[in-house]
Amino acid sequence: MSSFEPQIVAFVCNWCTYAGADLTGTSRIKYAPNVKIIRFPCTGRIDFMLLLKAFARGADGIIVSGCHPNDCHYTSGNFHARRRWMVFRRLLDFLGIDVRRVHFFWISAAEGAKWAEMVNETVETVRKLGPFEHYQKLTTAGVA
Amino acid sequence: MARIGVFICHCGENIAGTVDCAKLAQVSAKIPGVVHSVDYKYMCSDPGQTMIKEAILQKNLTGVVVGACSPRMHEPTFRRTCAEVGLNPFLCEMANLREHCSWVHEKNDVTTDKAIDLVRVIVEKVKRNKPLFPIKVPVTKTALVLGGGIAGIQVALDVANAGHKVLMVERDPSIGGHMAQLSETFPTLDCSQCILTPRMVEVAQHPNITLYTYSELDSLEGFIGNFKAKIRKKARSIDEKLCTGCGVCSQKCPIKKIPSEFNAGLGLRTAVYTPFPQAVPNKPVIDRENCTYFLKGKCRLCEKVCPANAIRFDQEDQIIEADVGAVITATGFDIKHTDFFPEYGYGEYPDVIDGLQYERLASASGPTLGAIKRPSDGKVPDTVVFIACAGSRDPAKGIEYCSKICCMYTAKHAMLYRHKVHHGKAYIFYMDIRAGGKMYEEFVRRAVEEDGVNYIRGRVSRVYEQNGKLIVKGADTLLGAEPVEIAADMVVLATAGIANDGAEELAQKLHISYDSYKFFAEAHPKLRPVETNTGGIFLAGACQAPKDIPDSVSQASGAASKVAGLFSQDELTREPVIAVVHRTLPPVLSTCVGCFLCKSACPYQAIEQEEFRTRDGKLIKTVAKVNPGLCQGCGTCVALCRSKSIDLQGFSNEQVYAEVIALLDRSTSDVVV
Repeated sequence: MSSFEPQIVAFVCNWCTYAGADLTGTSRIKYAPNVKIIRFPCTGRIDFMLLLKAFARGADGIIVSGCHPNDCHYTSGNFHARRRWMVFRRLLDFLGIDVRRVHFFWISAAEGAKWAEMVNETVETVRKLGPFEHYQKLTTAGVA
Repeated sequence: MARIGVFICHCGENIAGTVDCAKLAQVSAKIPGVVHSVDYKYMCSDPGQTMIKEAILQKNLTGVVVGACSPRMHEPTFRRTCAEVGLNPFLCEMANLREHCSWVHEKNDVTTDKAIDLVRVIVEKVKRNKPLFPIKVPVTKTALVLGGGIAGIQVALDVANAGHKVLMVERDPSIGGHMAQLSETFPTLDCSQCILTPRMVEVAQHPNITLYTYSELDSLEGFIGNFKAKIRKKARSIDEKLCTGCGVCSQKCPIKKIPSEFNAGLGLRTAVYTPFPQAVPNKPVIDRENCTYFLKGKCRLCEKVCPANAIRFDQEDQIIEADVGAVITATGFDIKHTDFFPEYGYGEYPDVIDGLQYERLASASGPTLGAIKRPSDGKVPDTVVFIACAGSRDPAKGIEYCSKICCMYTAKHAMLYRHKVHHGKAYIFYMDIRAGGKMYEEFVRRAVEEDGVNYIRGRVSRVYEQNGKLIVKGADTLLGAEPVEIAADMVVLATAGIANDGAEELAQKLHISYDSYKFFAEAHPKLRPVETNTGGIFLAGACQAPKDIPDSVSQASGAASKVAGLFSQDELTREPVIAVVHRTLPPVLSTCVGCFLCKSACPYQAIEQEEFRTRDGKLIKTVAKVNPGLCQGCGTCVALCRSKSIDLQGFSNEQVYAEVIALLDRSTSDVVV
């Protein structure tokens, strides 16, 4: 268990969080390498089926992050994402997936340090939860 | 079959210092579909770009992946490189190896492995990229200028003189802004109105400028080159076409004791009023909150005396719709008032005034006709204390920034006082003197050396009244924080400049960002100071941060040149990252079922309805259609679509699912090199 390194996929918007993570780089703030970013134009674009696909393919944890409320580059995409998340987390819970594996937050283009902090926090939370084997177990049981 | 080229950049030591670039290039070569994979010291350099161009031609590449810095930095560079040799630029993408990997992780195998993952993800995406072609949209060559202060006036005149139409919207009954209120301007002591009013008249008379005073922006929709603005022209209660501006209505109006906004509360005005004699337009307005007729239903005296029969009590707000191509916000600033300062008496002492009030006292058009008289009893003050940084640079007051203009205008105030009251004593309490600017430092020296202004470095802890004098208690930090007490007749606070009332609301209407002080945010603090992050919306003047007249005018001319640049083309080219609705041959036509969830979610009203009909006009199906001019490419509709019939070019479902799968599939990274 001690050598377990969680695989975490980050779904982020181009205008705030992607730029925020760029700022983390330009500020040379170090963080855990377990998180890999996939860029989207807006959190509103993030279909939550993508999150399920990531879990199905072996992700141990997921980050969804975009602009702060009222700061969306496209006015309201992040509100759609937030509303979708409120529904989706209940579905996850119902499916028996620990909702602590999905971290949803806002990081602006100016919050480079916060990105590093949130990544490290997510990695630690998921590390404690252990590998995500829920789906694999279903596969071997012949369900999925 | 895809033929992808992978180009790994060392970025000098920036990437190569922590990532094993040679190994990365070798492993990338094994990814299915990759036919060319190299690493080089500086990919963005001329030889680096040449490597890419040669590889595209020699290896017949169908896609390019550059593993380098953030795409926000160099994606345009590399896309241009591809386009130069005929590869569609949208077949080139970047893997962010620097900001998201080498700069944030230690040098080890894990970091190189992450870099491999990032490249693989983008390779899988690029394999599915489709050639895209820029969208052309027309440009409406009319500019909307919000605010009629000196910045707005400068923008309007510059754009109008470049040959384009301008609509100017001003909230107050007259244009002119704060500059019209000022007495004389530093560092030349030019009379403010003498240099401003000709410009105001020029705006009113310019054939290319349409002026809407006493008006506000109701809403703004659309995008760069194609905005639709709704302007609310508030009811002036005057027929502007008939009114001659004779002023009889103001003279006869029985309500005479309303504090005048123009005189910063030091003078009085009537309920039907023109803000100041040089107002443009020189037409009065009825202040409905104070007019007896609107309050009690009786009076109508102005109507009886008006020789032109121009009074219209029943006038209503008018909404004017206009198509504009660019918007310039020049809405200016405000200042904190004396009631913000408990230590200086919460504004209770009439002789503790703010800088703008002092400007009105010193102005020849002011309530005292330019004589320095204190507000309480009209006596000429023998001792005046000026307090700089009142509120500014004070975290305890929530205003951490320097208001920039106060050092200079305080020096000017003290100087004007000494010019007008020769026996008077002027003291200035200051923290630092910030006199950066052409002839500014010399101006401050003049105040000290020629006009005998006493500068005391230190802050004032308290101002209180005693025996008819205002006792100013402070410390002189250059004398070892020696306590100083001055019995003054008048105290002038150089209060902090703050964002204008309603700035936040306006920013939300325009979809532009603003900082924590509610000043509007520029697109880049150094390199794009007059643009906002929203295309086609520009900034000028103190709505962005406190600034003096020369800076406001420079920024205004800068914004005007950006607008003129925009208007120099008949069509704009836009990135083709937009949504498209699935289309196919009959009888299916489209998988869209016409639920129009997308329509309700779209923030840009870009979803339209399209009807399919038979030859004899029978409706077969109604489906969604994206207006490519309006769509901004956020993709909210894509995530909502139940039948997956709408997709986002450049971030299609096929592409993003491939990215997720590739990210978690490490089979190729296990390849032994």
